[in-house]
Amino acid sequence: MAAQSRISAVLDRLAHEGRKALVPFFSVGDPDIDVTRRAVLAAAKAGADIIELGVPFSDPIADGPVIQASSQRALRGGASLPGVLDLVGSLRTETEVPIVLFGYYNPFFRYGDALLARDAKTAGVDGILCVDLPPEEAGPLSAACKDSGLDSIFLLAPTSDDSRIRAVAERSAGFVYFVAVTGVTGARTDVPVGIEDKVARVRELCGLPVGVGFGISGPEQAVAVAAYADLVVVGSALVRVMHEAGPRAAEVAGEFTALLRQGLDVAYPGRA
Amino acid sequence: MRALPDATGRFGDFGGRYVPETLMPALIELSQAYDRWSVDEGFLGDLAALQSGYAARPTLLYPAMRLSEQLGGARIYLKREDLCHTGAHKINNTIGQALLAKKMGKQRVIAETGAGQHGVASATICALMGLDCEVFMGADDIARQALNVFRMKLLGAKVVAVESGSRTLKDAINEAMRDWVTNVETTYYCIGSTMGPHPYPMMVRDFQAVIGKEVRQQILKAEGRLPDLLVACVGGGSNAMGLFHPFIDDVGVAMAGVEAAGDGLESGRHSASIVKGQIGVLHGKKTFLLQDELGQIRDAHSIAPGLDYPGVGPEHAWLKDTGRADYVSVDDKQAVDALQLLSRTEGVIPALESAHAVAHAVAVAPTMAKDKIIVVNLSGRGDKDMPSVAEYLGVHL
Repeated sequence: MAAQSRISAVLDRLAHEGRKALVPFFSVGDPDIDVTRRAVLAAAKAGADIIELGVPFSDPIADGPVIQASSQRALRGGASLPGVLDLVGSLRTETEVPIVLFGYYNPFFRYGDALLARDAKTAGVDGILCVDLPPEEAGPLSAACKDSGLDSIFLLAPTSDDSRIRAVAERSAGFVYFVAVTGVTGARTDVPVGIEDKVARVRELCGLPVGVGFGISGPEQAVAVAAYADLVVVGSALVRVMHEAGPRAAEVAGEFTALLRQGLDVAYPGRA
Repeated sequence: MRALPDATGRFGDFGGRYVPETLMPALIELSQAYDRWSVDEGFLGDLAALQSGYAARPTLLYPAMRLSEQLGGARIYLKREDLCHTGAHKINNTIGQALLAKKMGKQRVIAETGAGQHGVASATICALMGLDCEVFMGADDIARQALNVFRMKLLGAKVVAVESGSRTLKDAINEAMRDWVTNVETTYYCIGSTMGPHPYPMMVRDFQAVIGKEVRQQILKAEGRLPDLLVACVGGGSNAMGLFHPFIDDVGVAMAGVEAAGDGLESGRHSASIVKGQIGVLHGKKTFLLQDELGQIRDAHSIAPGLDYPGVGPEHAWLKDTGRADYVSVDDKQAVDALQLLSRTEGVIPALESAHAVAHAVAVAPTMAKDKIIVVNLSGRGDKDMPSVAEYLGVHL
């Protein structure tokens, strides 16, 4: 058995402490790489447990308007997969927070599955989540990740039945990402309903911690979702407040992460 | 070779199902429904009745004698899909998929459209069958194809303007997929070409294969033999797959798919995904794409809005890879020239998309012997394109 991944180590520790993992998502390069870099460091300092780095793609079919617009800004600013890997390398001089790449397959495929896994590992990436790569199509990338010691993280959805959950379980490592709503990314005002049983089923069949994301807008929803999730992922809401903050984007990322952290820690203080 | 795709939706290495997990159960359900109904006698009977009694099939296989004489080489036949109800081959597919949507109990149908022909064909069949229809269309295409937008609305469909990305067909597909991800339980996504995730490339091809099946019977009756060359334009590739597929195992029948070279292949402003693209993954399938070296999708360009797509159906990618079909390109000027030539010699105004196929036939017919036969798929009529053609020719309407 390979050494435990940085992701699993963090999640095991939190489970042991009875606390919830907070996972902010950053759209890399919106508006530029330096802001993303400072925002990630601010979020890590404010209590983020794992960082998701969104690799911008021209045609993000699973994303709502906020991340679509953010991806376009990032691409116009010159963001690219090699640039994301450079960013991770640079972040690793300052933080050990686990990092997951979150993206669409075409940029990964063009880079090359094996080369990507190797270079990502070298840069300090811990896991890869590919939105449009269901387990049926994930063979080459997930084999490459396994060889390089990266966790393959898969999506499951409210529409996934037991056979789909089992297919994901076979290839998953680190955690499983459960999409809270049938829909695209984007903060929603209502709390996702009726997915508690599904999340429990995913945890049982996959034997891994379960993250819940898509549609979580702030501390209140994060707390509600954390009642049944092990990790809470916040994407569009964070991307939006950063964009609205203009020159204060990086600081606001830290402040927003701190708010979420505080909310989760008050509701789930743990056993310590 | 005609037996593909395999169970995983692959034509060789091409095709597949590259979609977010939310859609996987829907694609599996669709595959199961299609497997069941595509061999059901009642379903096939309903399909045939609508093809003949509503879409006006079979369409003519018309010998273009004046054009052929003028070119002085191979004889050219036109498969007159422009005579289908709604003016293009698109209705062949929407009839099939709407029947399937009904069988699956889905009341809401969504579709993407580029030129507007698939949108009109979807709106038409939904009107006939009492289904709710929403069509996603790039904002730039809405401006270029005002007439088709009005037709869709008259037919009772809602037209949703897509303002994201390049505001053309690829973005309309992105938005339709986002809608489908959101409303997957109640909604049927009626894809208009041989693209998207499995089973769409297979299913759309099967519904369009009526074109090639008719051609086969018609040419055997008229000439007592199969044609030497089939020519069709290729955007996503449905009219071409519909013509080619029934002939794939006939090794003596050559096939040419014609992509749009737009302002010219070297200009960077074209839609020639096979001729100039590289392998990648977009909209659920692995195929040839227009993309940069980092895997970002490039915008496609063509005077023909129905060819304005930076990818191509996976079966075409496979036909190219195996060498079974040839893929060539025709630029805007050659297409408009061919449109004018066909209009003047035969009294048939082709769609700009179809004019690309005509242009290739015009180029190769003189190099072939007079006893050779070319079949060109005249996939649609040109009425919708009159404003763009006039503008291209510097005429103010």
